[in-house]
Amino acid sequence: MHVSLDIEPADRSSFLGLQKDVPKVTPPSPKISPQTLWMLAVRDQRDKAAFASLFDHFAPRLKGFIMRSGTGSGQAEEIVQDVMLTVWRKASQFDPARAQVSAWVYQIARNRQIDMIRKEGRPLPDELNENPETEPDASQIVALEQEAGHLKSALTKLAPDQREVIEKAYLGELTHQEISSQMGLPLGTIKSRIRLGLQRLRHELKDMR
Amino acid sequence: MKDISYHTPDALLAAYAAGNLPHPYALVVAAHISLCVECRVSFEAHQAAGGVVLDSTEAVGVSDTLKTDIMALLDAPVISKPVHKRSGIYPGPVMEALNGKPPRWKSLGLGVRQSIIAGGADGNVRLLYIPPGQAVPDHSHNGLELTLVLQGSFSDETGCYGAGDLEVADQDLQHTPIADAGLPCICLAATDAPLRFTSLVPRMLQPLFRI
Repeated sequence: MHVSLDIEPADRSSFLGLQKDVPKVTPPSPKISPQTLWMLAVRDQRDKAAFASLFDHFAPRLKGFIMRSGTGSGQAEEIVQDVMLTVWRKASQFDPARAQVSAWVYQIARNRQIDMIRKEGRPLPDELNENPETEPDASQIVALEQEAGHLKSALTKLAPDQREVIEKAYLGELTHQEISSQMGLPLGTIKSRIRLGLQRLRHELKDMR
Repeated sequence: MKDISYHTPDALLAAYAAGNLPHPYALVVAAHISLCVECRVSFEAHQAAGGVVLDSTEAVGVSDTLKTDIMALLDAPVISKPVHKRSGIYPGPVMEALNGKPPRWKSLGLGVRQSIIAGGADGNVRLLYIPPGQAVPDHSHNGLELTLVLQGSFSDETGCYGAGDLEVADQDLQHTPIADAGLPCICLAATDAPLRFTSLVPRMLQPLFRI
């Protein structure tokens, strides 16, 4: 059902610290990224040291990201502050099997930027009511991270002008008409992500009924 | 859940994820994602791509006090805004626009009703209630029109749209949606410009009804 990964079931749970006394088998597979582990520590233990690490990783990137749209340094830092506080306050909504930390932070940042421009914030889809009994599955988390890794390397391999189009699109600088006429470059990797995600979500939704 | 046959085009999902879709369309896309697993996954894929762009952005040093300021605020009390959830056939984003209340319908004649739930300079979003067999007055529109079926179904020159389906009509499409037999058809429709009715009477009524 799930994405195949070379992680033994016993090892998966020890990954997430669910069963600490299970003897650890050295996994030949990639590990969960520090960002995700920090985010889980923030979500589950309200760990401020982990939050400080997240800040060190994301705050300068967020500032650079926000300033690229022409926002000045001072205002960009105000937005960074709002975004990082939202990361702390809404940590319970973070689901590592559904979103990368960077994807989640990206959405919070874009929401914040839009809320500053318009009075009626951005309409957001209903949250999925996932079965709370469902244990997080390290293989799903790692699969997601691998795909994000593929996306990232696809992005870095693009010619500079192509890369700029993608960056402008996700900075919110292209209309949907411009996106449909100019994009479609690393869509191969996005599409594989879609297929995997679809399989997973269908499976989860079936379990719910 | 019935299979959804008509989905949100990828460029609209990307623009929505990037936060660059005019509000009326964003509302309809958010409502469609609420109902459609496939489009939710595509939307999440675009979020992942946005995350990759964020992660690859060149870092800009932050001021020394920013971190201590934020750390000091972590324990501050927070007032959280209530979130309106799905209610009956209306997905969360629609309930949000309705402010948690049922729609206030206005008659357009012949049993057709509408309720404008959001509007402004960048277009408007309305709920339409069309009795079985009844047509939405023949119209064309200046820009893109998105119509999401919430209940029942309608058919027009381009196909048959059931609950959860999204019709994307550009300005070149002149169509006459007719509600199919069965339940009254309730849709959520967004336009970025006023509709243009092709027959005289609705055209005269247009300023009155803001359709």
